Amino acid sequence: MINPHPGLPELEYIKPTSLEEASKFLAAHAGEARPFSGGTDCFVRLRDGVLKLNYLVDVKNLDGTKEISFDPKKGLTIGAAVTMNRVAVNPDVIKHYSNLVEAVNSVASYQLRNRATIIGNICNASPAGDTIGTCLALDGVLNIHGMSGSKQIPLNSFFIAPGKTVLQPGDIVVSITLPVPPQGFFGVYKKLGRNVISDLSIVGVTVLGYPSKETASGYKFRIALASVAPVPFVASKAEAVLAEKKITPDVIKEAAQAAMDSITPIDDVRGSARYRKYMVRNLTREALTEVWSKLGK
Amino acid sequence: MALQHITLTVNELVETVDVPQNMTLLTMLREKLSLTGTKNGCTAGECGACTVLLNGEPVNSCMVLAAECDGVVIVTVEGLAKNGKLSNIQETIIKTGGVQCGFCTPGMLISATALLERNPHPTEQEVRTALVGNLCRCTGYFRIVEAVKEAAKI
Repeated sequence: MINPHPGLPELEYIKPTSLEEASKFLAAHAGEARPFSGGTDCFVRLRDGVLKLNYLVDVKNLDGTKEISFDPKKGLTIGAAVTMNRVAVNPDVIKHYSNLVEAVNSVASYQLRNRATIIGNICNASPAGDTIGTCLALDGVLNIHGMSGSKQIPLNSFFIAPGKTVLQPGDIVVSITLPVPPQGFFGVYKKLGRNVISDLSIVGVTVLGYPSKETASGYKFRIALASVAPVPFVASKAEAVLAEKKITPDVIKEAAQAAMDSITPIDDVRGSARYRKYMVRNLTREALTEVWSKLGK
Repeated sequence: MALQHITLTVNELVETVDVPQNMTLLTMLREKLSLTGTKNGCTAGECGACTVLLNGEPVNSCMVLAAECDGVVIVTVEGLAKNGKLSNIQETIIKTGGVQCGFCTPGMLISATALLERNPHPTEQEVRTALVGNLCRCTGYFRIVEAVKEAAKI
């Protein structure tokens, strides 16, 4: 009989006290050790046997992982151990990054968000990560500690494939920095799940828009899509449509179509590829219309 | 595998426990401390039957390692009543008939307690949103939501 309530497989809990110690341990045990903070993804996969590890390395004691701070020049830095609920109630996040609050609150349940983190969501590299779209659209940069010291990797070059990232053995993502959003910015996150709240996304559409002198339309839009390709990505062709042409309902439709044409979804238990295609078009149009209605006034 | 020696406060009592490093907080509460009010449902952070307060905030105890809990303060459903008197939400869930099989009730009570702590006067939508991670297969939720709204009036 299959045990319906499996415990966690045998593994050791490692609690390093410095980044150097953590990187060294992770590099020495590549493939059998993983950094974790809340464990909300990896515990499930360990129980299912999809993920096999001998060591879980807690990042909660490491320098820079617990802080969330805002600098009017550099932007918002969120540590790897900052829970989603801490992000959602942070006054600077509410003031400057309101659509991040929306994205965070769309994840699972309140008690899960007391453990789950944005960095965990990113490092898990699920195509469906709810908080990734906003971080991509805001040109987030990951601050990483590795065997040869600190380095920075832009989020848009971080993902390789589902569950796969450019991280090397010994690398620990310490935090993410989200630059200050442009003046007059407005953003939304449209999530389609099997129920209204708490489910994984079938389609996730992030749209940010702001006035810009660099484009012919006078506005710049950022569009990031989740659950519709091997990795979350920025729909640059759809963005280009909105940069080049004066924004009208027809141009918004055209951009939504470009978003639909840019995706490579799969059929899975949550929805078919065909359904995802149409829903990306519809939700992108809905999101763009909503953002445009705020910007146009 | 070496045991981890941890000291934590559970329902206002200081407990010292030796735990295997892969043991969850849920299993420790149930099997080491015999606090079986906290239930084991899905072991995937979905159903909320194992919800406890960790340093005042609700978490799924199936998703926390006991080894992480050195120095923390835990409240389980057994810790809600004080001096033999049930808490407000415990009283109102009885009054509204929000308990049927009872399996989700401990987690519901913990989530509701945490909600009323951070938001003493929630709207119905806020109550429903706060309980989204607590699944109940018996009641259809209506009476549970009523119980939280009633408790907020006390």
